[in-house]
Amino acid sequence: MTDLLTGIQTAIGLILAADPEVMNITFNTLRITFSSVLLSTIIAIPLGSAITFRNFLGKKALISLIQTLYALPTVIVGLLCYMLLSRSGPLGELKWLFTPNGMIFGQTILIIPIMTGLSIAALQAIDPVITDTIRSLGASRLQFLKSHLREARFAIMAAVIVGFSRAISEVGTAIMIGGNIKGHTRVLTTAISLQTSMGNFNLSLALGIILLAIALIINLFMGIVQNR
Amino acid sequence: MIDIRNITKEFDGNYVLAGVSETIRKGEIFAIIGPSGQGKTTLLRILGLLERPTSGQVLLEGRSIIHLSDNDPVRRRIGMVFQNHIAFKDSVYNNIAIGLRYRRFGKDEIKKKLLQKLDEIGLTGYENRKATTLSGGEKQRVSLARVMITGPDILILDEPTANLDPVSTEVIENLIRYYNKELGTTVIMSTHDLVQGQRLADRVAVMMNGRFIQSGTIFDVFTRPCSVDVAKFIGIGNILPGKIIRKENGLSVILTHDIEIHAISDIPEGTMVRLAIRPEEITLYTGPAQLSSARNVISGTVTDIRPFGIISLIGVKSGDLNLSAQVTWQSINELDLKPGIQVVLSFKAPSVHIMQEGNHHGCL
Repeated sequence: MTDLLTGIQTAIGLILAADPEVMNITFNTLRITFSSVLLSTIIAIPLGSAITFRNFLGKKALISLIQTLYALPTVIVGLLCYMLLSRSGPLGELKWLFTPNGMIFGQTILIIPIMTGLSIAALQAIDPVITDTIRSLGASRLQFLKSHLREARFAIMAAVIVGFSRAISEVGTAIMIGGNIKGHTRVLTTAISLQTSMGNFNLSLALGIILLAIALIINLFMGIVQNR
Repeated sequence: MIDIRNITKEFDGNYVLAGVSETIRKGEIFAIIGPSGQGKTTLLRILGLLERPTSGQVLLEGRSIIHLSDNDPVRRRIGMVFQNHIAFKDSVYNNIAIGLRYRRFGKDEIKKKLLQKLDEIGLTGYENRKATTLSGGEKQRVSLARVMITGPDILILDEPTANLDPVSTEVIENLIRYYNKELGTTVIMSTHDLVQGQRLADRVAVMMNGRFIQSGTIFDVFTRPCSVDVAKFIGIGNILPGKIIRKENGLSVILTHDIEIHAISDIPEGTMVRLAIRPEEITLYTGPAQLSSARNVISGTVTDIRPFGIISLIGVKSGDLNLSAQVTWQSINELDLKPGIQVVLSFKAPSVHIMQEGNHHGCL
């Protein structure tokens, strides 16, 4: 219990003192997480829309597969990306291994299934009478899509939050692709892992509290947007 | 204006529509009545271009409209309001403006039209309310405004007042009448509320088993049902089997349960028929059979009294013949009606509607 209190005190101290290393780790975390959430949003929402509104063979099977990939282990994504990005891999030319870009790549792949799946669920939850109304008002294809996304916007925002939460809290991909290089690819989760193994529980705890605080702020912000 | 030609619709091997034909005229209110689950909604969805028929044609001013793409301009001439009250998760303003935005109207024009529509539906000042917090009746008014603001030529309404309270129903009905009379919008609606059909419609069609079995003016359909099924559906309480035994002074004499009943009909002598007599057309009194202008006077015994609010249906038995007559609660008290007492029933020959036997399964 005293450890926990000391941890909180340390955390506050580090934030107030604007400790350069902690600031750098936090900044890297935010940059990488926001980038992968943004990329994943750009891919997952159109993908989810296409799957929802088009009829094709194997649609149900595809949705089941996407839902299964919610549980995609972060280390498996890490392994796959490592193989893709390593010097001899098909994407080796990019030289993204052990770079923030590589981590963004990995986290994007990690959260696309859950964001796509939740987008599909959000769009499928719309009352069919709303769909009929939109169609009978003579919406064009694009207007049809925009109106549905607007109607599902709160549930889609929830999908984005879930994607964000999974990206910011995962450690497997970050450490395998990023390599936990100080000042470069070290993020909150990999730093916590390192500090814990080195016995610096207070610092670990402090970094954990910063991570949770970021998640809290994002959720509060989304909550305000939703209640408007 | 709209020619419906032998439309069928099949879902999983079942024919929900089994050949519907009708011509809907410009500027009229056309109501489809019939029991639930007989294909009314499916037909309206085809006319609203949300569903394609399995076979048959729908022509709008001579042009086929069954294979239109989602952004065909004809779609914007036809508006539809649905049975379930829905609203977009948005302000009332955005709910009503959506169709105009699809049509790329400017902000100022949208605002001008919108304020006028809000006034029409009696929701002035509601523009910033969340539409999902409105009552069912208010949502349905917003739905009407959402469609009517786009100025459609044809308004399709699927049971627009189902699940609404009487006051909200009246508001919606007045709006339908207003849009039809003032803007000349052709209205095609379904309802299971017979009285609503009678209040609003110029013409009605009765839908049973996926077909229109009768269509015509309100007067035609409600006084001259073409089959026993229609007669039962429109609430004619007395339906009796009989046979036309002779013609007399321009009237047909029908024998039913050993009692002769006079009616007007051009069905030939010797035909097996069904008689339909509305309980409200039968006069009931006690005492000796008085002189009456009615051609049909029958004595009998009261068997039961079934109250329906302030009026009651009195069951009367005469030999094997059972008839129901409609009586107010005042008359029940004045005549001291109770089971077992002797009464006299009278009704005029024109009150008896004759249908040919063996024509149950379709008149059209």
